[in-house]
Amino acid sequence: MNTTSASAGAPAGGSWEELVTVALLGTERRTPPGWAPGREAPVALLDAAAVETLRRRAGVRPARAAARPEPAPRDPRPPLPPAAARRLAMLLADRPGAGSGGRRGTAPDLMELLPQWLTLANARGFAAPPEALPALLDAARGRTDLRPAALAFAGPRALWLARLNQEWRFALRSSPGGGAALPGPEETERVQQLWQEGLFAERVALLSAIRAKEPATARELLATTWATERAEDRLMFLDSLRSGLCAADEPFLERALTDRSRNVRATAAELLSALPGSALAARMAARAGSYVSVDRTRGTPTIVVEAPHECDAGMERDGVVPKAPTGRGERSWWLGQLVEAAPLGAWPERFGGRTPEEIVALPVADDWQAELHAAWCRAAVRQRDPGWSRALLGSPSAPEAAGPGAVSLAERSKLLATLGAGERAEWVAGFIGTHGLSEAFQLLGVCAVPWAGPLGRAVVDALNIARDAGSYPWSFSGVMGLAERCLDPAEAVRLDGLTSVPDESENAAPGAGGYWAEAFQRLVTTLRLRAAMASELGAP
Amino acid sequence: MTQQAVRWTADQVLALAPDTASRKAGSKLGAAGPWSEAGSSDEGTVWGLCRGSGSKPYQTVIDIADSTGPAYKCSCPSRKFPCKHALGLLLLWAGADGTVARGPAPDWAEQWIEGRRQRAGQKRTAGGASGASPSGDPEAARRRAERRAERITAGAAELEQRLADLLRGGLATAEQAGYGLWEETAARMVDAQAPGLATRVRELGAIPSSGPGWPVRLLEECALLHLLDQGWLRRERLPDGLAATVRSRVGLSGSADGPPIRDRWLVLAQYDTADTRLTTRRIWLYGAESGRTVLLLSYGAAGRAPGLALPVGLAFEAEVSSYPGAGQLRAALGEQFTPPAPAPIRPPGLTTLEAAVRYGEALRADPWLDSYPVTLDRVVPTPDGDAWQLADAEGDSALPLTPSAQSRPELWRLVALSGGAPVTVFGECGHRGFTPLTAWAEGAGEAVAMCSTS
Repeated sequence: MNTTSASAGAPAGGSWEELVTVALLGTERRTPPGWAPGREAPVALLDAAAVETLRRRAGVRPARAAARPEPAPRDPRPPLPPAAARRLAMLLADRPGAGSGGRRGTAPDLMELLPQWLTLANARGFAAPPEALPALLDAARGRTDLRPAALAFAGPRALWLARLNQEWRFALRSSPGGGAALPGPEETERVQQLWQEGLFAERVALLSAIRAKEPATARELLATTWATERAEDRLMFLDSLRSGLCAADEPFLERALTDRSRNVRATAAELLSALPGSALAARMAARAGSYVSVDRTRGTPTIVVEAPHECDAGMERDGVVPKAPTGRGERSWWLGQLVEAAPLGAWPERFGGRTPEEIVALPVADDWQAELHAAWCRAAVRQRDPGWSRALLGSPSAPEAAGPGAVSLAERSKLLATLGAGERAEWVAGFIGTHGLSEAFQLLGVCAVPWAGPLGRAVVDALNIARDAGSYPWSFSGVMGLAERCLDPAEAVRLDGLTSVPDESENAAPGAGGYWAEAFQRLVTTLRLRAAMASELGAP
Repeated sequence: MTQQAVRWTADQVLALAPDTASRKAGSKLGAAGPWSEAGSSDEGTVWGLCRGSGSKPYQTVIDIADSTGPAYKCSCPSRKFPCKHALGLLLLWAGADGTVARGPAPDWAEQWIEGRRQRAGQKRTAGGASGASPSGDPEAARRRAERRAERITAGAAELEQRLADLLRGGLATAEQAGYGLWEETAARMVDAQAPGLATRVRELGAIPSSGPGWPVRLLEECALLHLLDQGWLRRERLPDGLAATVRSRVGLSGSADGPPIRDRWLVLAQYDTADTRLTTRRIWLYGAESGRTVLLLSYGAAGRAPGLALPVGLAFEAEVSSYPGAGQLRAALGEQFTPPAPAPIRPPGLTTLEAAVRYGEALRADPWLDSYPVTLDRVVPTPDGDAWQLADAEGDSALPLTPSAQSRPELWRLVALSGGAPVTVFGECGHRGFTPLTAWAEGAGEAVAMCSTS
């Protein structure tokens, strides 16, 4: 703020600057301006300073306005309903590190609910309340997993804010074009300009955005500059074709098989092999078929495997990596890649019209089963083939934890992802029913949220059994945490009976009953909160 | 009151929390899970049982219709006030999801409510009767007051001597003298029963380490302290209003004996400042009919929230009485006739120039005033190099924000709320700049607090 200058009618005691100088040096060294003998010099100085201080304060005037910021772009989305806005403020206030660590007690973990809240709010198309933007940006800065949803919800004003605050610059980086919306496929000129002049990240974002809407346009755009792109850029761009991959992409990918870069070639081959009708897939089918066959001369038909003896140039051109990782035999390494890239649809034909289930059930000679089944699993995932996935998963209640595919939990969760949501949930429910929760965590991760009824009930039943067995709830904290986020809020009523503290049984761990009651209380509270969250945001 | 008290918003409930940890803990209890037998009455009481870690649930009951602000009772062992259970229950009630149904209070809640109402009634009748001579013997009271005035006079004279010594030797020496000198002098002022002088002296001690330009600030504050000493020593010759201001600045509190003003009061802002001993809560109210702005002060011992809590943006009908002193804005809350409820009242706003003038004029009545409450209309938060200012949307003048306001995270709430468009901002305008406390976006939006309670 400006203060009136002393020149506007100089005070009797002299200018303010003089007073300050005398005060600094002391009246023993300097005489105060306007000092009359007979008065104590320091008192005269203080008198004059008091008058001048008040003159200065009373004369305070506004400063000159700096250049006002450009107004933020309008957010056309409707505002949040008031209850939802308050809920958001509450979720955002629950920052990690601001409270007690250790045991979680019965209170829900609000920060864990924020992602779900954001997803719902984005689905409903609401605008963020402006005053919540700083907290939203802070939350997005701390948690990269939250960023896409948080920034989408925060909208254009958040990017406007981010330009004013260094700490939020990440938002500008995360949004290509510094916040300007990406052009749609129809805006040919803007697309061309951004594609020609944009930064790498902007171009990747542009390509992915167009690919999502018009796959062919994206491919054509990529083709225009393909030859001049750097190898690592070609690899990233090629990767964007993964979404919406279709037969029309084949010629382009086929050309990329002769690329200078080995990584580009490998990726092109991988993409082609995910197109069961492609020429590459047919070549791979022919190769794989020549190494895997059924021996009908034995008592029961048996699969026999004759692994390739060399990785020829043709195989290499089609993406087979010749050098095996340490500890793996070259021949089985090559075979695995061939089977993985061969279209699954070719096998029933080759095996006398057998279904995938029947093929998977066939014995395999000479210990090749694990290798072969693992390759089929990778093929089923790559080609998103539910029939083969089902066959390889086998029955969820099979007695040994390993199904007929002898696959790991990680592979199973990938296979499950190729099935429809309902079937997936049912399979995992069956698995939990037989094998309990200890191995279910990874499988639950691929199930759709909220969990389907049978799956939710299977989880709750299994938790209840674990409680009766007398173990501590934190052995299941992972599943508990998932349940809080994924269980259908409508299940809360069914859980009420579990929230009381049970009588301690003989074999139970000390105090476990109380901890379980607490864990279930938290689960119920969280479910209620999620139900409230959803209803505050209104019907979809 | 016969009407159901209007439900508060969660923000308003959370504004009652004594600290961040309670706010967080309370939020988590604001869901149906641990609660049973929760209910509320038409008279503005809310109760419920909260399951904790023990076998017996905690009994929580809150009286929000009390004329002196919400009252709480909880059987939990927490020393926080209100405790997380009370906050959680209020949130649950504010959530309006039907968990807190209206109904008759259970016995344990009813007993407490009844007891409170009775005590309040007795206090009111008793207060009316004994108001004339609170301490019994008026002659003894007069002698006590005289003795205290003598002590303060001695203190003020001693302080004058110390200020004179300081300026004789020069302010440059103050930097070397360090904080101890001022701490000792402040202790002398406490002995002299002049807490107002003691506080100012203690603040002098912090100036030499406050960054560039400190000699100017030190000279200003020394001069104003000298002015206050002189005012006290010659108080008999001052006009009544100014004499009362001097008395209150020195630390003689006086009592809020101004005529009661009944009005519909909008809660403009509520914020706390704390030192190791005391938490001070300031609540600014704006009277819709009188157009007056008054300040309520409430204190809490270290670690405890002050008793009075009024949610920003709500309005209620009540009487307030001013403290003595010319231009005195401090008042005491008297009887409350309605509970705080949302209201579309907004204080009329000024331009930045008018706001600066308003502060200058206020100095006439109280030269020791650091800032004055004003509402700025149509200002745009504007970056000015590394600093921020509130610029008039029309015209080219602006008030810079105070350094402390610029370093608070709430600055960004204000910038976000505005988005480059004009906003209405209530705050304190003074010689150091403007401190925003509450803001309203264009249109019919709610008041958004720009200061935190803890």
